[in-house]
Amino acid sequence: MNAVLLLASRELRTYFNTTWGWIVLASVLLFDGLFFNIFGLTERARYSAEVLEDFFFYTSGTVMIGGLFLTMRLIAEERQTGTLVLLESAPLSAAQLVAGKFFGAWGFLLIILACTTYMPALIFVNGKVSAAQVGVGYLGVALSAGTTIAIGTFASALARNQLLAVVLGGAFTLSILICWFLARFTEAPLSDVLAYLAIWDKHFQPFMRGRLNTENIVYFLSVSFAFLLAATRAMQARRWQ
Amino acid sequence: MIEVSHLSRFYGNHRAVDDVSFTIASNTIVGFLGLNGAGKTTTLKVIAGLLPPSAGTVRVDGEDLADAPESFRQRIGFLPETPPLYIEQTVREFLRFVGRLRGMPASEVEARLPEVMTRCQLAGREDWVIGQLSHGYRKRVGIAQAIIHKPKLVILDEPISGLDPVQIVEMRRVIRGLAQECTVLVSSHILSEIEQTCDRILVLQGGRLVFEGEGETLRARNEGSTVLSLTVRGAADVAQSIVEAQADATIVELTETDGDLLNIRIELTEDHREALIHALVHAGLGLRRLEQEGDELEDVFVALTKSASLSGGDR
Repeated sequence: MNAVLLLASRELRTYFNTTWGWIVLASVLLFDGLFFNIFGLTERARYSAEVLEDFFFYTSGTVMIGGLFLTMRLIAEERQTGTLVLLESAPLSAAQLVAGKFFGAWGFLLIILACTTYMPALIFVNGKVSAAQVGVGYLGVALSAGTTIAIGTFASALARNQLLAVVLGGAFTLSILICWFLARFTEAPLSDVLAYLAIWDKHFQPFMRGRLNTENIVYFLSVSFAFLLAATRAMQARRWQ
Repeated sequence: MIEVSHLSRFYGNHRAVDDVSFTIASNTIVGFLGLNGAGKTTTLKVIAGLLPPSAGTVRVDGEDLADAPESFRQRIGFLPETPPLYIEQTVREFLRFVGRLRGMPASEVEARLPEVMTRCQLAGREDWVIGQLSHGYRKRVGIAQAIIHKPKLVILDEPISGLDPVQIVEMRRVIRGLAQECTVLVSSHILSEIEQTCDRILVLQGGRLVFEGEGETLRARNEGSTVLSLTVRGAADVAQSIVEAQADATIVELTETDGDLLNIRIELTEDHREALIHALVHAGLGLRRLEQEGDELEDVFVALTKSASLSGGDR
């Protein structure tokens, strides 16, 4: 556990010590703020709950894209620069390595997410929304961010370089995003499976409406775990256990 | 004690390491020698626990790598050819991180740091950002990360590559100093370096171990036929008669230079060097220069690797 914390804290510090971390942080906040300004602060009369719902809608998108750009450097960059050997020759398991990387990147993404709270706070103060909707919405965004980080970690574990890592991660995420669309053109039972797998359509939307459902939490946790397990296996395949 | 037994490693159908076995006693410096592509780095990576072997075992103090890879890795320090460094960190921060990563408590890392800095000649550079250090210093930080956790075996892959002559001399001192606390395995394709730094030499060719022993033993392989090149002051006919009087000695070349100096190349099929030189000096010839051709370790190495390639057939 100490090794996981050590790796995660180093990863987190690295984001703050490198231009890349700040670029991702600034970009996510910039686009999130722009979308809030364009779609949230309109002249048209709207229910506060709808504005909040929209906020979680585009925040989930910016955070997921930001997450992919954060994870592209996790393992692929270390492999590219030759520093991965430092971790692989250390007395820590592949699972610890993957977990440390995952928690470091997820931690940074959660910090970015924390910086967006002024927008729901504005709605909360000036409108009429429940704290529960804000909390549940953020839980959904945090979980979907974690799943994206897990997918990106897997892509980073497979790829030889960062560009390939972000392309692979993007492809995996896109596949799981458009499952609902594919479900329309397939027949049961495949359509049922695809509809269930749809990360955003099926499992994220309830969160942004403030509906907390255990099934959705389990979905995000299990998909994240599956990709982290796959990343661990990919790392194990490359070295002596 | 490091024991490598019947180690083989395949990349697809290509056999990069072929049934390599050797034993290294504690606190010795062993040179791993071979041409590019001889299988040195692959062997070192397997010993460091970075690559699984296709066959064979690696033991450090009796512990098998396959049985407990994590505790095994704690006993090994590895420096690849390109030092694995986080260039945005300072030397101190980086070594702290590596020490903790290798399972050392924070207090132990702090206590160990000054010793490592001194041993790797990094004193005064502790708070430098690694990215600002020269190539030579980066190599030293690479060695420092390999020894921070007091490993039993330190593996250095081409530690002098890319260093300038001054840095090479300093690196030699650093490597020699390491043997006081651990066993060192150094790989290089530069023979003179290995000979000056190491107690023993292992020569790898085509993935096979073709020689194991000391530099002197390697030289002795070439001593069946020796060519001495010497410059003497004296008459050519005197020199000629003395050489011809010696058993198994033949003059290959004799040239007179300006003045009364003679350059002579003499082939000896048996080792009668002492007797020949003694006779020349006693005859009143002034010995100005004496050199043994083919004595360079490079010559021996090239001969050794060539013969290994030929005996290896089409493998």
